[in-house]
Amino acid sequence: MLAKRLIPCLDIRDGRVVKGVQFEQIRDAGDPVECASRYSDGGADEICFLDITASHEGRGTFVDVVERTAERTAVPLTVGGGVRTLEDVRTLLNAGADKVSINTAAIVRPELIQEVSEQYGRQVLVVAVDARRRVPVEGELLAQQLRWDVCTHGGRRPSGLEAVQWCTRVAELGAGEILLTSMDRDGTGIGCDLELTRKVAQSVGIPVIASGGVGDLDHLVDALTRGAASAALAATIFHDHIHTLGEAKAYLQEKGVIVRPVTPGTPDGLPDPSVPPTVASATS
Amino acid sequence: MHRSVAVADLGLGNLRSVVRSLERADARVTVVNEPVDLARSDWVVVPGQGGFRHGAQVLREGWGDALRAHLSAEKPYLGLCLGLQLLFDESEEAPGAAGLGWIAGGVHRFDPDCAELKVPHMGWNQVRGCGRLFEEPEWYYFVHSYYVKPEDEEWVAATATYGPEFCAAVERGNLLATQFHPEKSHSGGHRLLKRFLSGN
Repeated sequence: MLAKRLIPCLDIRDGRVVKGVQFEQIRDAGDPVECASRYSDGGADEICFLDITASHEGRGTFVDVVERTAERTAVPLTVGGGVRTLEDVRTLLNAGADKVSINTAAIVRPELIQEVSEQYGRQVLVVAVDARRRVPVEGELLAQQLRWDVCTHGGRRPSGLEAVQWCTRVAELGAGEILLTSMDRDGTGIGCDLELTRKVAQSVGIPVIASGGVGDLDHLVDALTRGAASAALAATIFHDHIHTLGEAKAYLQEKGVIVRPVTPGTPDGLPDPSVPPTVASATS
Repeated sequence: MHRSVAVADLGLGNLRSVVRSLERADARVTVVNEPVDLARSDWVVVPGQGGFRHGAQVLREGWGDALRAHLSAEKPYLGLCLGLQLLFDESEEAPGAAGLGWIAGGVHRFDPDCAELKVPHMGWNQVRGCGRLFEEPEWYYFVHSYYVKPEDEEWVAATATYGPEFCAAVERGNLLATQFHPEKSHSGGHRLLKRFLSGN
């Protein structure tokens, strides 16, 4: 049976993890390569990097990070953020990314989906969709009220597209997967928008990754069962060491969700050279 | 023991993670860009992503003969993903395009009419083996929309379930080919590569 996936996501700016990640008692961990490596060895089913670098020069740094991460990790790596052209996709795949995620560029020019898919196969293409619940207009029928607008620019700007329709379209155009983020829930920690997730998951024939709002382990269970998502993407609960991937998977398993069990350690059982040894003894 | 292994660069995607995972499994890796150079190697790994049609095209450009010669000599061969599918006669993905035809059978699409079944089949699935390299059930990473079906079931070394049960790996003599990606399958993938490389 295919397992449901857990995907830790790291926001990266100018080659560093933005919020920082806490592993055991170590905070800093601002190095994305080190973070990804620890997640890979800690049971992550995939790793996701989102580049939020504004400057053009910073892009080269990101490609370098992707390259070094691909060397160190032994699970699939998805990267996105600011990917505009076929050339951008090629650069990231050549750097060692397994999948590339596009968002605004797909809205601006939907043919890009087709082009990437024809050139590299649909399995490399994740289309990220940021959706926000539409405020119902007074007097509207209940059935018409449950709608989501696709947003751009970090959820600030509505694109004029309706989310379920847009997801159906990107699947037809050749996306391999949809990364669906509820902008209403993103950063709230109150759980995923299950109605949105379920509606999209049931409307498309490709896998849907639920994102936005995961604050505890039950939210993961909900997204993967009631939300019908194939995978759940989360940042805070893993970065802040609220839960380890091992705990999350044990909990999911207990709730009857099929997951790949965690066997912590590097692939070859040897110490990871990218991770400095813990200095816990020095502080005790 | 360090095996010398040639990774065939058919131009079908990035080879870095394949090379890296083989090195982790103690192999000395050379990337081979020209079909003629394949003859110098005893151990060959054929990775591949992307479409069957493109792969079939590459086979016609010299790789087909080189790989066939290697297989005929019964030298060790490891095929990954498209490197498995190309061993077969043909694929529903690209009607009319010829594979190597080393294994009789075809490559089929997962049932598109089954609404429950998301295609591509993407993620970690548990593989159960019957071949000598698959003694224990193990989780491996898959990403594909088509699966192989050998006419001779003796080829099937391991299976996984996605809707119906399908062939996840073939094995015979020195040939191993997997639908999943050991190079992306963390410790399980590493152990499989070690087992393959420790063969004679």
